[in-house]
Amino acid sequence: MIAESMYQELILEHYKHPQGRGLREPYDAEVHHVNPTCGDEITLRVKVESGKVADVSYEGQGCSISQAAASVLHELAAGSTVVDSLAVVDEFTRLMQGRGTVQADEEVLGDAVAFAGVAKFPARVKCALLAWMAYKDAVVRSS
Amino acid sequence: MDGLDVERIRKDFPVLSRELPGGRPLIYLDSGNSSQKPVQVIEAMRDHLSMHYSNVGRAHHALGAESTEAYENARDKIAAFIGAPSRDEVIFTKNASEAINLVAYAFGNPLNTDERFRLGPGDEIVITEMEHHSNIVPWQFAAQRSGATLRWFGVTDEGRLDLSNLDELVNERTKVVAFAHQSNVLGTVNSISPILARARQVGALVLLDSSQAVPHKPVDVAELGVDFIAFTGHKMVGPSGIGVLWGKAELLDAMPPFLGGGEMIEAVWMDRSTFAPAPHKFEAGTPPIVEAIGLGVAVDYLTDVGMPAIKEWEHQLTGYALQALSEISGLRVIGPRSVVSRGGTVSFTLKTPGGFDIHPHDVGQILDDVFGIAVRVGHHCARPLHLRFGIPATTRASLYLYNTTDEIDALVRGLHHVQKVFG
Ligand SMILES: Cc1ncc(COP(=O)(O)O)c(C=O)c1O
Repeated sequence: MIAESMYQELILEHYKHPQGRGLREPYDAEVHHVNPTCGDEITLRVKVESGKVADVSYEGQGCSISQAAASVLHELAAGSTVVDSLAVVDEFTRLMQGRGTVQADEEVLGDAVAFAGVAKFPARVKCALLAWMAYKDAVVRSS
Repeated sequence: MDGLDVERIRKDFPVLSRELPGGRPLIYLDSGNSSQKPVQVIEAMRDHLSMHYSNVGRAHHALGAESTEAYENARDKIAAFIGAPSRDEVIFTKNASEAINLVAYAFGNPLNTDERFRLGPGDEIVITEMEHHSNIVPWQFAAQRSGATLRWFGVTDEGRLDLSNLDELVNERTKVVAFAHQSNVLGTVNSISPILARARQVGALVLLDSSQAVPHKPVDVAELGVDFIAFTGHKMVGPSGIGVLWGKAELLDAMPPFLGGGEMIEAVWMDRSTFAPAPHKFEAGTPPIVEAIGLGVAVDYLTDVGMPAIKEWEHQLTGYALQALSEISGLRVIGPRSVVSRGGTVSFTLKTPGGFDIHPHDVGQILDDVFGIAVRVGHHCARPLHLRFGIPATTRASLYLYNTTDEIDALVRGLHHVQKVFG
């Protein structure tokens, strides 16, 4: 029952009921990222207003991990400051790339700690990171 | 079910009795991707490496002679296995992909003056929408190099080739038609004769990608009547790193070498070379010696079991699998739902009973991690086919001689569990 720990209730909840899904106007930057090994895709837009993330909107297709990660990202980033949200991205990336040995900082990550189990599956880490890397890229382009 | 003693066969494949971490038994339903190897093949390769190994063709000593004999002996076995009129028509390549590239390279090549291989603007290459990327990309290259046009047969909703426009698609401008003997996604066994007959009418050459056919049923090239077939060792209980191109001798003679190097020459001057006759013309450099020998033993193994018996066993398993899978609500088979002209490759999409799509990567992950069931997920190197069906990916179970109905039952239980996780 190894994988079962990867499919946390919270991940499945976000997969079935994605938050903030859909592409919205206005936006400062739009990016399109693909995971070529499995074909998962995301198109993501950000709107920044005086240091605050006014909106993160997205559309994509892929497995439960990639789609739930986008939904959680939306929840954490939208309404936060750019600086804070990038700190969350960094912590999430550290957790995902830690091969299951990194202790997650729940204070920083909030719901995103549910993905801790994914770090043990190298093939799925890219799925979890897809939306988050797209977000980081979009923020850079918006400035 | 008689004809094939599956329990005895399973004992020949050491990996089938191993346990995965967590005490899961292995249920291997991914032979369409690559098959497992019997102890006979493993031992023969080990024996050759331990006691007989040397380079082939060029080493003039006892080991050189033994290696060369074993390597060429493998060629004889494969020639007999596919009914090749001559052993010199069997070319060892790295895999099926290389075999197809080798043929595609001969078209529109200035080194090749044979009219049948002339390819330029206005000429056409015909493939199909159900091809593996290995039988698409080399023809895209040939079209790009030569200015020829690439065209393709469509696929029906049932997963059969749409031959309704055969006469228009294969026409006076067509130089070559290349298509799958059996689809690696749909399981469809294509009917060759109508396409071949039309190709002959218009003077086009025909290549069959037999990667998914040669492992599973008797194949006789003389009976098929096509010009080339390509297949790959690792899908037919042989090792990876070895594939085969069979071609008619007079066509191989007309074709230019694909790769240049040692052993493919007759004589070399500083500014030019002449070439060895086929097959050596197409086998530049030190070949995969032990892999070829392993493939020879794989062919012995399949022959001992009997290709008709393997075909019949897979036919029964496929019928059982299609029936069992059809009882899962929310499961949609992509490909023929009956066993008629169909092999044991079953691809499908899965929803929860509530109608929620479960992504194949999630299906595969849970089958693997909870039940030890190995299936393939994704587009299986046939992206255009998946686009045709409007889906990004499928889950694919592919059966072989060592699979059992118990394993299919396990798959069905696994899929019910997946539905529960996402339900
Ligand atoms: C129909 C078909 N053609 C070609 C190939 C390519 O085989 P290989 O990767 O050994 O070149 C495969 C297998 O992957 C296949 O299923």
